[in-house]
Amino acid sequence: MSTPYAKLPAWADYGLIPLINLSVAFIVAGLVVVLVGENPFRAAVILVEGAFGKGTGIAFTLFYATTFIFTGLSVAVAAHCSLFNIGTEGQAYIGGLGIALVCLSFDATLPWWLIFPMAIVAAAAFGALWGLIPAYLQAKRGSHIVITTIMFNFIAASVMVYLLVGPLKPAGSQAPQTRNFLSGAELPKLNWVIELFGAKIRSAPLNVCFLLALVMAFLVWLLIWRTRLGYEMRTYGHSPKAARYAGISETRIIITAMMISGALAGMMALNPVMGDQHNVAIDFVSGAGYVGIAVALMGRLHPVGIVLAAILFGMLYQGGAELAFEMPAISRDMIVIIQGLVILFAGALEHMFRPYIQALFASVSPKTVGMEAVKGKGA
Amino acid sequence: MDLFNAIIQVLDSTIRLSVPLLLACLAGLYSERAGIFDIGLEGKMLVGAFAGAAAAAVFHSALIGLGMAILISVAFAMVHGFASITHRGNQIVSGVAINFIASGSTVLLGQAWFKQGGRTPALQPGERFEAITWPGADAVRDVPILGPIYSELISGHSILVYFAFAMVPFTWWVLFRTRFGLRMRAVGENPAAVDTAGISVTWLRYRALICTGVLTGVAGAYLSMVQNGGFVKDMTAGKGYIALAALIFAKWKPVNAMFACLLFGFLDAAAIRLQGTPLPVIGKVPVQFMQALPYILTVILLAGFIGKAIPPRAGGVPYVKER
Repeated sequence: MSTPYAKLPAWADYGLIPLINLSVAFIVAGLVVVLVGENPFRAAVILVEGAFGKGTGIAFTLFYATTFIFTGLSVAVAAHCSLFNIGTEGQAYIGGLGIALVCLSFDATLPWWLIFPMAIVAAAAFGALWGLIPAYLQAKRGSHIVITTIMFNFIAASVMVYLLVGPLKPAGSQAPQTRNFLSGAELPKLNWVIELFGAKIRSAPLNVCFLLALVMAFLVWLLIWRTRLGYEMRTYGHSPKAARYAGISETRIIITAMMISGALAGMMALNPVMGDQHNVAIDFVSGAGYVGIAVALMGRLHPVGIVLAAILFGMLYQGGAELAFEMPAISRDMIVIIQGLVILFAGALEHMFRPYIQALFASVSPKTVGMEAVKGKGA
Repeated sequence: MDLFNAIIQVLDSTIRLSVPLLLACLAGLYSERAGIFDIGLEGKMLVGAFAGAAAAAVFHSALIGLGMAILISVAFAMVHGFASITHRGNQIVSGVAINFIASGSTVLLGQAWFKQGGRTPALQPGERFEAITWPGADAVRDVPILGPIYSELISGHSILVYFAFAMVPFTWWVLFRTRFGLRMRAVGENPAAVDTAGISVTWLRYRALICTGVLTGVAGAYLSMVQNGGFVKDMTAGKGYIALAALIFAKWKPVNAMFACLLFGFLDAAAIRLQGTPLPVIGKVPVQFMQALPYILTVILLAGFIGKAIPPRAGGVPYVKER
């Protein structure tokens, strides 16, 4: 994704600008809090304390963060190939179907450490498959990936509702969900790690998926910056023409990138399904796919940034729940607004402050922005 | 006669269900023809619906409600413009952001102001747009065939329904018979040429987005002040995305847009009507399949299996002046 702007030093590009954008997003969010008649500073304190004040809060924060690491990575992998995958939501939903099939078949007979790898493969495969069709249509038929993935989100929702009120629902049950998995399909919790540091935890759903998420973040870094495939993806992302000229197959690279993206999205479902609810219910993804867009943008598409951004959003989710409890005027919808503001300021308006910062850098020392002579101000 | 009445009923609800789609679809047509992708139709409809219902309930006037719906919706369109035209940001990202902000803020403010779980107070008769009964509609009701068509299908809708359908020829006229329309189409195809002719690309695109905001505002007002007697959380329920699908289905043409929206509205009406009833030949169709059909049809169309949908050429690309 090229920009018509001159370069800044890396620390400004990856540290300063996102920080400024994020601050503006939170200032606007603070104004919304003022609008509903509460004190934004007190709200911020409650939010941070709710997320990190107690052991249980930390565990919940990391549990939510796990989900967002997967979806953030999913969006980022596609974005490196200049594909905007809005379909993470649907791919995760369908990934849940794969997990359900594995767990419902084997939970009575096998232990968790055998079911878990099978579920990972199934979730990834189902998610990848749901990403494959839009990718194929983009590569071969030229249909815009944004539109097709939006459509596939709705189709996925219809498919899952059909299955969950029909074939997958146990006989005699009213709730639109699968039966509860037996203990064989329950993932071990990680709460003891936090308890090692002396904190007390009352039932929190943090589980081994957190470790899997960190491993996947490392593998994505390896893929994007240390493999030939990643290089090809980034080349295509920067300039499809250059990629074609270098003999990179457009079809292959689009389909591979979207399948990896879909697989990561599908694996997100492991966390809530096997780690927390132990069943697949209607709308269990509940917008995590869209949060992935915010996480990826805020993390500047880098796995380290994504993990940090995911923890921030985990904090917002957990702290937001506490906040809704302490200040009834601020419901959990506040988080949705903050998400929107982060996407707006860190994503769509990411260049808003850049010219000013460039002008500042250029006036202090022109060398830092790589310009011989500064023509006019900023860009 | 039963069958005829059933058909009339389905067609009547087809019209009612396709109106918000049609307004949102025409809204999207203005911005996309000017080269701005807008997946924020959903969010703009939602804020329109909320602002309309809230203002109508507070000021006890349907007209003030409509005005407020349009005002707030245009304001959101301007945010989209500020991000994607002035600051050349990614238009998709900006649209996603607007949908989020709309979905969160409507519920948060609704809860803070009215304390009814994110709903606005139920609108009283004077605060909604009432159905207009055409002259003689009741007199001819018993005339076979034509009577029900006149009194059920043509008469008995609110002013916003007639406005929506009037917008179809009007949009066609604006797009293909006015200077503004010609320039707007040009800016969506080749902004550099428009710029060379000494016309401001930025201002043209902003004006197109104002049109978009006005229409999504009316669409939102229709949802909360005609179809429903107040605002309910997430009441657009994906209609903005279906409108986007309809726009592609219509290949960015106003008259086609009307037919696409009527088709999608009909699918919705039929899905409600047919719930659980078996059809001849195909048997029982799951209601979820009927609901997914607009999306499936759009994907098939996009894939180029039934005609080819070619978007405006400069769509989604921010315009950078030559330096």
